[in-house]
Amino acid sequence: MTRDLFSREISELQDEVLILGSMAEKAILDSMEALRDGDIRWSQKLVEDDQRINAKRFEIEERCIFVIASQQPMATDLRALVSMLFIITDLERIADHAEGIARINVMLGDEPLPRRLGYIPSMADRSVAMLRDSLKAYIEQDTALARQICEADDEVDRLHDRVYEDSTAAMIADPRTIQRNTYMLWTSHNLERIADRCTNICERVIYLVTGNMEEINVSKY
Amino acid sequence: MPDTHVESGTAAASAIGVHIVRTEEEAAASAAPAQRVAIRAENVEAWYGPKLAVAGVNMEIRANSVTALIGPSGCGKSTLIRTFNRMHEFAPAARVGGAVFLDGENIYERGIDPARVRQRVGMVFQKPNPFPTMSIAENVAAGLRFLGVRSKSEINDRVERALKVSALWEEVKNDLKKPGMALSGGQQQRLCIARAIAVEPEVVLMDEPCSALDPIATLKIEDLMRELAVQYTIVVVTHNMQQAARVSDRTAFMLAGEDHVGRLVEYRSTEELFTRPQDKRTEDYITGRFG
Amino acid sequence: MNPRSGASQLFLASEGLYRRRRLANRVMTAVMGIAAAIAVIPLFLILFYLLQKGLRGLSLDLLTQDPNRPGRPGGGVRNSIVGSGIMVGLATAIGVPIAIGCGVFLAEFGQNRAGLVIRFLVDVMAGIPSITVGLFIYGLIVLPQKQFTAFAGAVALAIILLPVVARITEEMVLLVPRSVREAAYALGAPRWKTTLRIVLPTALPGIITGVLLAVSRIAGEAAPLLFTALGNQFNSTNVFHAMDALPLRIFVYAVGPYDYWHEQAWAMSLLLVTIILFISLAVRAIFGSRVTVRQ
Repeated sequence: MTRDLFSREISELQDEVLILGSMAEKAILDSMEALRDGDIRWSQKLVEDDQRINAKRFEIEERCIFVIASQQPMATDLRALVSMLFIITDLERIADHAEGIARINVMLGDEPLPRRLGYIPSMADRSVAMLRDSLKAYIEQDTALARQICEADDEVDRLHDRVYEDSTAAMIADPRTIQRNTYMLWTSHNLERIADRCTNICERVIYLVTGNMEEINVSKY
Repeated sequence: MPDTHVESGTAAASAIGVHIVRTEEEAAASAAPAQRVAIRAENVEAWYGPKLAVAGVNMEIRANSVTALIGPSGCGKSTLIRTFNRMHEFAPAARVGGAVFLDGENIYERGIDPARVRQRVGMVFQKPNPFPTMSIAENVAAGLRFLGVRSKSEINDRVERALKVSALWEEVKNDLKKPGMALSGGQQQRLCIARAIAVEPEVVLMDEPCSALDPIATLKIEDLMRELAVQYTIVVVTHNMQQAARVSDRTAFMLAGEDHVGRLVEYRSTEELFTRPQDKRTEDYITGRFG
Repeated sequence: MNPRSGASQLFLASEGLYRRRRLANRVMTAVMGIAAAIAVIPLFLILFYLLQKGLRGLSLDLLTQDPNRPGRPGGGVRNSIVGSGIMVGLATAIGVPIAIGCGVFLAEFGQNRAGLVIRFLVDVMAGIPSITVGLFIYGLIVLPQKQFTAFAGAVALAIILLPVVARITEEMVLLVPRSVREAAYALGAPRWKTTLRIVLPTALPGIITGVLLAVSRIAGEAAPLLFTALGNQFNSTNVFHAMDALPLRIFVYAVGPYDYWHEQAWAMSLLLVTIILFISLAVRAIFGSRVTVRQ
């Protein structure tokens, strides 16, 4: 009944988190598409655009801090704001990994098309799905979904292993591909990290709902 | 690989796992004396004439810790702590049911002298209330004189010690003969704390001790509460949740229902109560969505 | 442009309102001031009149000599001054402890039927005319002893003093904040110690003011002494004999036939007022501002 303004501020902040999440998601999708198409100019633009995501994150963080300072939230409210601070950090890092993929594309330069990406696109699909699901779990405060997502991380880890095996095999078979395959490994690593960050978000969702801090799924990497 | 330290950390932990378990046992064993129960309330109820104000309170207050009582106005928190030193019975037609054990002894047992109980359980009130006719030193000595202490040197020693413990000594040591009322509000409240501890009670009850003070004076009193908890058991009633969160080890939330009878809703460690309360009513109250 | 004109309009509107309020304020302040002045005019008139009429008769002889035989000018009223001092002192000594005890009882233990009855009786006592008190003591002490005594006069004065001091004591004790009592109880003080050592000292400045008022009042009473102490031409310090008092002598001289009596009566009135004034000033000096300013 009371604290309408405070409740509204929290739900506005949640909307902002979702905006940040969709910015990160778009960064992954775009950087992957640019990689696939070898569109270096697009990738350069994506690297620059990461600044906007960083700015968004700081904007949300400052608002959170001010709400904490001025409203002295307790219990659920406190957990909501603290979770938000962690989640925006994860989202911003996810966007950084997407930026990393964009930088790799720039480094690949005029490498001839088509790119042989192997399992990487399906890793990207799964990571993006995990990101979407973890934000869904966040908004709906769905701990069951949050735990499920963490299981999906194992699948991404397995794909990363495949990429690793394929790349090393290719490097041994043809040393001239060492550089290109190393870049592929980096790309795969970035996607694996994105999936890990999603499990962090899920842990925060569980903390937000239950108040318990638990490590749900220790990543292999 | 940035994350390898996680694995090695886990490996290290499992390697010394046995030791960790033993250390915990040891910790539990050494912590046991600190968990001594200073006050145990058993099914306490408090009446004002025909009106039941507090009912069914069962709680244990740990010695050498700060326990906070929070709750909305009229929830009976002040009434409850007044049952801990038999101050409740000064209200007209007031009556207490159940039992309150002070260090294992029921203070409502027949033949127990309430004055003696109050010497063991001191109290600090909402508004600073130094005795208006007394100097600073006389105020602190008042309880000792009630006890019949006559020795001047003993009184002087204990006055000085109490004022030092209350962090007031440096401010008043040259003005001990000045009236207590001449001090500022925050100083007066620390004087009242000194007066309460000069008789060396086991427990000090504080009934909203900072509600009449400015924020800086409030923080000083809060620091003092933490320091006093080393030697004494502190029970503080406050309507300032941040204060309860800052100073207390354990927090009790009380609420009066539709029948206007105050009951204990939730009582647990302060950290848990303020970050993940178990009762919906606690949650609603501490997040300000009460009602 | 719009907000500015709006603001100035608001300013103009409030200007008119402000003027009306200021005017009302000034008028009311003036009315109160005039009322206060009217209230103190009688006091100054009395003082002025007393000084004008009384100064002439004031002399060292008045203070140090006993009265001459009637009709022989000269002499003084030493016997009356001494008598007033003794009787007022004795009345205070008898009445104040009883009155304070009664007041404390009413305040601390008087929230019941017994308290109600006693409080009512004290109020009735305060309303009894002083001449009636004198008659009562005449019947109670003077007649059985067949002797007018200063003691009887002092008892009569004590009876007049008693309700005044008792009620003021009760009020002053009740004014002691509950928090002060609670502080004492919380230190483990029993109730009687709390009353004696904490409550009473806290209420003392107010009680002293009350005692002063009562003493001033009985010092000026003639009626209760008419049938008790009677009056005495000669200086006496024996409380079991008739004794003189300033109000009695003022009464006798004022209605007497001689001019020098009238003059001495005026001088005695001035003396009485001066003494009362000095008592209050002295007590105020001793107890400082605590007498009037309570926390």
